[in-house]
Amino acid sequence: MSRKWIAGIMAGLLAMAVLAGCGKSATDQQGGQSQQQSQQGSAEGEKKPFKAAMATDVGGINDQSFNASAWRGLQKLKEEIGAEVNYVESKRQEDYETNLATLADQGYNIVWGVGFLMTNAIGAVADQYPDTYFGLIDGEVQGKPNVVSVLFNEQEGSFLMGVFAAKTTKTGKVGFVGGMELPVIERFEAGFKAGVKAVNPNVQVITVYTGEFNDPEKGKAAALNIYGQGADVIFHASGKTGEGVIQAAKEQNKFAIGVDSDQNHLAPEHVISSMMKRVDVAVLTISKQAAEGNFPGGQTVVLGLKDNGVGWSDTTLWDKMPPDTKEVATKWAEAIKAGKVTVPSTRKELETWQVPEI
Amino acid sequence: MGNILEMRGITKRFGPVVANDGIDLEVREGEIHALLGENGAGKTTLMNILYGLYQPDAGEIRYKGKPVTITDPNRAIELGIGMVHQHFMLIPPFTVAENIVLGHEPGSKTRLDRAGAVEKVRALSQEFGLKVDPTARVESISVGMQQRVEILKALYRGAELLILDEPTAVLTPQEVQELIGIMRRLVEQGRTIIFITHKLKEVLRIADRVTVIRQGRNVATLDISGRGAPGPVTPPTEAELAALMVGRAVSLKVEKGPAKPGEPVLEVEGLECLGSRGLPALKGVNLTLRAGEILGIAGVDGNGQTELIECLTGLRRPTAGRIRLRGQDITRLPVRKRFELGLAHIPEDRQKRGLVLDFTVAENAILGRHYRSPYCRLGVMAWQQVTAHAQRLIRDFDIRPPLPGTRAGSLSGGNQQKLIVAREIDKEPVVLIAAQPTRGVDVGAIEAIHRRLVAERDRGRAVLLVSLELDEILALSDRIAVMYEGRIVAEMPAEEATEETLGLLMAGGTRSGAEGGVAR
Amino acid sequence: MTGTVETRDPSRSQDQGRPQGRNRLRALLIEALVPIIAVVVALLIGLIFIAITGRDPAKAAEALWVANFGSRRAIGEALVSVTPLIFTGLSVAFAFRAGLFNIGGEGQYIVAQLAAAVAGYAITGLPGWLHVTVAILAGALAGGLWGAIPGLLKAYRGVHEVVNTIMMNYIALYLANYLIANYLKAPGALPVTPEILPTARLAQILPPSRLHTGLFLALGAAVLVYLLLWHTRWGYEIRAVGHNPRAAEYAGIDVPRNLALAMLISGALAGLAGTVQVLGVQRAFYDPVGGFVGYGFDGIAVALLGRNHPAGVVLAALLFGILDRAAPTMQAMAQVPKATIWVVQATVILLVAADQIIRSLFKRRREVAAR
Repeated sequence: MSRKWIAGIMAGLLAMAVLAGCGKSATDQQGGQSQQQSQQGSAEGEKKPFKAAMATDVGGINDQSFNASAWRGLQKLKEEIGAEVNYVESKRQEDYETNLATLADQGYNIVWGVGFLMTNAIGAVADQYPDTYFGLIDGEVQGKPNVVSVLFNEQEGSFLMGVFAAKTTKTGKVGFVGGMELPVIERFEAGFKAGVKAVNPNVQVITVYTGEFNDPEKGKAAALNIYGQGADVIFHASGKTGEGVIQAAKEQNKFAIGVDSDQNHLAPEHVISSMMKRVDVAVLTISKQAAEGNFPGGQTVVLGLKDNGVGWSDTTLWDKMPPDTKEVATKWAEAIKAGKVTVPSTRKELETWQVPEI
Repeated sequence: MGNILEMRGITKRFGPVVANDGIDLEVREGEIHALLGENGAGKTTLMNILYGLYQPDAGEIRYKGKPVTITDPNRAIELGIGMVHQHFMLIPPFTVAENIVLGHEPGSKTRLDRAGAVEKVRALSQEFGLKVDPTARVESISVGMQQRVEILKALYRGAELLILDEPTAVLTPQEVQELIGIMRRLVEQGRTIIFITHKLKEVLRIADRVTVIRQGRNVATLDISGRGAPGPVTPPTEAELAALMVGRAVSLKVEKGPAKPGEPVLEVEGLECLGSRGLPALKGVNLTLRAGEILGIAGVDGNGQTELIECLTGLRRPTAGRIRLRGQDITRLPVRKRFELGLAHIPEDRQKRGLVLDFTVAENAILGRHYRSPYCRLGVMAWQQVTAHAQRLIRDFDIRPPLPGTRAGSLSGGNQQKLIVAREIDKEPVVLIAAQPTRGVDVGAIEAIHRRLVAERDRGRAVLLVSLELDEILALSDRIAVMYEGRIVAEMPAEEATEETLGLLMAGGTRSGAEGGVAR
Repeated sequence: MTGTVETRDPSRSQDQGRPQGRNRLRALLIEALVPIIAVVVALLIGLIFIAITGRDPAKAAEALWVANFGSRRAIGEALVSVTPLIFTGLSVAFAFRAGLFNIGGEGQYIVAQLAAAVAGYAITGLPGWLHVTVAILAGALAGGLWGAIPGLLKAYRGVHEVVNTIMMNYIALYLANYLIANYLKAPGALPVTPEILPTARLAQILPPSRLHTGLFLALGAAVLVYLLLWHTRWGYEIRAVGHNPRAAEYAGIDVPRNLALAMLISGALAGLAGTVQVLGVQRAFYDPVGGFVGYGFDGIAVALLGRNHPAGVVLAALLFGILDRAAPTMQAMAQVPKATIWVVQATVILLVAADQIIRSLFKRRREVAAR
């Protein structure tokens, strides 16, 4: 009896699903086409607002980090040109592709994939929606006219954070907390260590990779460990995990350096600076170009210190650092911008890197 | 003496089962009224209705002459009805006094007046002659004491009519004696008691009147003590009560002819093992069991009987000694191998060991043989065969309700036990180990199980009967061995054994050499 | 809705239990009603929640529809997200039948992905049907092994499986991190293994969606689990161990062996979830940089809602998959935060877990009516 019931219910659900699917799918293809036509029509005729959206990686929109930064860029876009903006958060790796497709289906003119993990998904979806612009942050998809890739020279900004840390430390020990051992994070590590070395080669850097970008508890444990070993400043490049690092700094009354966004508000007395990665600027600039019809399709845009793509945050606590810190950091920044100093972007490069005279 | 309580036409159904079918009950003020019936007859249901735990589907309750609706136990307590359940509802880490005042604590809303509580309990305990230590923790006092705490709890809440559900089931004989004294005193102080039981002896010993319930109906209300009766009464005999309760004449004596012992089939030599706490539980047990006899093992609980059975059936590993079944050494064989060689086992705890309560009757009926043809072929269960098998057992052993698809846990205790006995006997074993085969089982089922065990003996099977009930040992056994502190301290033919000698041996006494047999 | 189904399988239809018929029907109706009411109430609460937060509930409902049934692709994608949940739900349900709580689905999922991916790209020269079979078996085996370790520890050392399976989750996660970082990474920046060969892929069945034949594997697994549990000797033994290990021991059933076996099978089922994701959807193993993906944990909810019965699990997976799929679309169309969907899911679980309350409401009503 029960099996009949279950079979019945299942059959019913299936029938519903199939009917609905058939009913829609026939019209859907036409619908899809007409939608695209109307989009094109609208772009030329009556002014429909430009629509821009982003899909976060598993960190979510409130990661206080680069997803949040990208979203600030879109909000700014709304302010400046009145664009309609939106975001979708992804729960899993598998969702990236469908989420990007969902946004494309909703008629967004440009869809951003935030995070290098989106690389393959952007590649796949871009082919299916040739009339939609796609932007990829931190990853590179080559040779697709409707995709722009944005990379950052994180090592350059991280170098300045290394300068701050080496200047500020009183114990001669500083720390670095990374999310996972990935090429992107390696750039942060290498740049940071080079910066420390540039100021004071005797300062020791304690490095910990937590293995996760999404777990503040682990970040806190790692930071407590590093502070326990005598360090007094930690720079993190670990997404949401880093919230735990900052929490630990607050509890231990030590210093932390934030990443991607200005993270000072998380602990105003303890976050002495943040390595700004201006995802917001990139998203805003390129979205605007797209709205104006100048989408740099197929290109890979690399943003460094010189382009204001990376740098220190507005709320940098100069009074917590030695008085000459700003001067020293500015000097290095100018040298990097001028191309006089090349900051190492891998551990290997770091090994052979010599502190140049400036 | 007027009626304090009248219940009229009480009917209660649980799904298809009619638990109470128009029961009438009248209880006089100041009497001890026994509610007698087999397990599942509907006694407890009726009392749960009175206590407000169930709502009747039909019928009327009049308390002190007024019709009442008892919506929940709080209402029952307000009316002055208290109930002591078979399973105590006490909080073990709390003290006696705390348990008693729980829910009606003296003191302000936020503060418990502990000293006041202790004082009140002490006064109450003196008033009714119920000796308890108000400051002792419940987890550290004996079962008999816990029961007194339950009774005091009811009295503290102002109970005038006290319901005791199978109050003697968990007590030692001495504790039963004390309980009877307490009940008498309560009645003298003007309280009324209804007590639920299925033990005939207790009814005759304690009650003023008895109401017999069978299959959800009131079959008779009889005077016993004559207290409060209009004229002289002739109390019923045990056999008469049994007949009323079961619905037919019941033989309370086991009919059995002389045993014809054959070959030794189970031989135990120097068996030793550790108990659950890691201390020696068996200290060199020697036994020989022959085909066609019932060997009874008498003893006070906890003297190694459980461990002995577990060693014999393969559930516990002996540390020394040997067990042979029909000459084959089975000391180290796993449980299943022993079953296959002809061992069957009625475990002492049917709910913990004997049955999977969430399985159906049919599924339980093949437990232990579930992997063999015809119930299972090439790993696939043959449910038709299983059901047919269960139906056969149900028919042969009168298991009720006669539905193979019933959840075993919903059967009454007696029917659960019958199911186990049926299953084990149906294995046609060489040796049947029966541990406490009638514990918590009602009269009708006891009779059936006893007759079955004797019949098995007469078919040439060997039966090892382990029981804490001396009556049962004496009634069934052909030979009796007494266990004390992990050893067999005496062994004798049944006809030489008396309750007195066994009782003495069970308590660790020695036998005088005049009676013969093996003494250690 | 199927909690007592095991007492109603074909063997029992021959009961002379006919007089019970009507009551049984009613009992079954109530049994089915509880989860249905739970789902409806939860959805209502979700809609109210949406309205309170100032979004448009009608739009959200539309999004739920569009996301799952709006197009051929949507239907396919909905089923893509249902498929792994069927497996992990079955995994938890199966262990539960043996009295075990397998919280290790996440770890079993990860190691199975790893194994399936490696088998998928490293083995070459096999014909398609064989390669995909080998890859599936590799995944199932890896998951099974990952489940069997805590199973063996529980069975023979008495270490509680909840603690163990959680530990195994972390071991799997970091093992995967380590292996990808050091040995298995495909060239390039992404922390991912090389793509599996076309011969190891599960065929797509509803393009343009990514729906793949793994769905049939999942449904087949549900049927197999049902048959195994209720129509074989092993199922009988596992259920006996689950309900009452002491009685099982008494009956000569090897309790430790069955515990270990149950965890092996449970692990293999969770492993299959990961396997079909790799072979059917992702085509490679992505290092779980965001931590656990959650299918293993969601499996617990699915099993709970499905009353630990395979048919119930399939239905519950359908519900959870649909809700999962709806979350991003609801964000995209109605700006509904993804937490809303979690609220709905949690409410369903809560209501089902608290079904005794609903049940007692029914009872009370009946009793009142009777009076």
